Amino acid sequence: MLDNLLPVDPEVAARIEALDLQFNKFGIDPYGIDKNDLTRFVSAFAWIYRYYFKVDVYGLDNVPSQGRALLVGNHSGGVAIDGAMVMGSMLLDAEPPRLPHAMIDKFIHEFPGASQLMSRTGQFTGNPDQAERLLNAERLILVFPEGARGTAKLAKDADSLVGFGTGFMRLALETKSPVVPFGFVGGGDALPTVANLKRLGRLFGVPYIPVTKWGLLIPKPTRFQLLYGKPMFFEGTGHERDEVVHAMVDQVKERIAELIRQGRQLREREISEEDLVLG
Amino acid sequence: MKVLVTGISGTLGRLTALKLVRHGYEVIGIDQRPWPDAPEEVEIVQADIRKRPAEDVFRTHRPDAAIHLATVTHLVTQSPDRMRVNLYGTRAFIHHCDSYGVKQAVFVGRHTFYGAAADSPLYHTEDEPPMSTHAFAELADLVAADLYAASALWRYPEITTSVLRIVYTLGPSKHGTLASFLHGPNVPLIMGFDPLFQFIHEEDAAEAIVSALAHKLHGIYNVSGPTPVPLATIVRAAGRRPLPVPEMLFKLGLGRLGLPYLPTSAIDHLKYPIVVDSDPFRRATRFAYQYDERETINSFRTAR
Repeated sequence: MLDNLLPVDPEVAARIEALDLQFNKFGIDPYGIDKNDLTRFVSAFAWIYRYYFKVDVYGLDNVPSQGRALLVGNHSGGVAIDGAMVMGSMLLDAEPPRLPHAMIDKFIHEFPGASQLMSRTGQFTGNPDQAERLLNAERLILVFPEGARGTAKLAKDADSLVGFGTGFMRLALETKSPVVPFGFVGGGDALPTVANLKRLGRLFGVPYIPVTKWGLLIPKPTRFQLLYGKPMFFEGTGHERDEVVHAMVDQVKERIAELIRQGRQLREREISEEDLVLG
Repeated sequence: MKVLVTGISGTLGRLTALKLVRHGYEVIGIDQRPWPDAPEEVEIVQADIRKRPAEDVFRTHRPDAAIHLATVTHLVTQSPDRMRVNLYGTRAFIHHCDSYGVKQAVFVGRHTFYGAAADSPLYHTEDEPPMSTHAFAELADLVAADLYAASALWRYPEITTSVLRIVYTLGPSKHGTLASFLHGPNVPLIMGFDPLFQFIHEEDAAEAIVSALAHKLHGIYNVSGPTPVPLATIVRAAGRRPLPVPEMLFKLGLGRLGLPYLPTSAIDHLKYPIVVDSDPFRRATRFAYQYDERETINSFRTAR
């Protein structure tokens, strides 16, 4: 798809080479990830990740370097910049690098271009069957249990959490996967949304169109804080009653809230890295 | 062991018959179309599966097993007749198997059963329902035929029945849905979409059918070959030029401007993947494909 459109960053190429993926004779992994497209896309994205934005990543060692796991965290901006930065940290900072599969909203795959790019980089419509299969294949899944309600938070509420879905917890129980909570801070500053145009959005086939302080949907260069907490293990089958699962989800939600709180304090320079409690 | 093959004169029918002969089966075929250079060992009766002469073949030959390949799968034939062939043909096949003591039946269906949509998962399993018959009416008869054939599993439990959902076949015959789509030098694609396609070499597909028979499979099985490849990559590897067309123009131009004739609902199949999990089939038969993704496309590309 990207063929020779974008230049290759040699360091990124080495990182993609180091991913635990198996490519066929056309450079395609069994889930449609195209090695060439991924290398070129991440090369371009690396510039945005490193220079346009700046991400202070803490607790990266808490993400298992291999095997199944769910990265579960908060949305903090009008669009999913948080998701992109988590991707960046796993692909460009983690040793060894890993490619998370984000469970994305269905509307994204309905758009020309976006669908193609997402398909070739392993980003699928959130679907329990798909997620379960990827976890059983020892892949890393990225979930935002707030869903589109999370990105729809306006800038003033960026550090809050809205209702969590329970799907991710049932999945973790069913596949016996650890949950790695993360907190992301700063999205509301990069893209300070003051309103969401829902009716206009519907016309374009998206949940809403966010309006920022400066009108345009262009994020300003921002420093973010991304904190990974210790993996959480839950016992169960995934077929428990809702109350039981909700209680487990609340534990994860509390940990994420705590990570966001510390991320906010780091951002305001109220605490330093030594004061962090990620456990 | 005597095997009856319906639709024997089609590409997959011929390849399957030749493999059966090589494996030492006695082969009888039914097809409305002739097979002029069929091997001597194969007896062919030119008949419609729904008509009396076809039933006579079951009655007189009393085959031990039967393979049903007589379904119209290409989308160009859009007539009420197609639906009748696919549904009544399948019914006749199952009835005759029951009436004339056929011990084993193999129904050959398609992986397109599952349908293509923005949220369909990669790697469908056999227990998944067909999700897009409403969106692709032209395929509804094949989906119905598949479900109908599977009903033989409980209606006639004494017949060992296997329903195979095989991915697109490709090979030197240049026949089949994918091959027709790759026919011209420029292949129109939907701009901004590039679905994974799963295909299997036609020889491997025939081998898979024979191994379903040999292993007496009872149940529904997906059958696939190499791991899937994006459509645009297939187009290029086949020596064709991908021609991305915006969806709106594509719809308007179907059947004109050098675009293939396709029902508009086929467009989803050019936007989203249909990828199946065939692990249960592999485990049950130890089937392994002989032609990998590149060899399969090359065999199509270099065929004269």
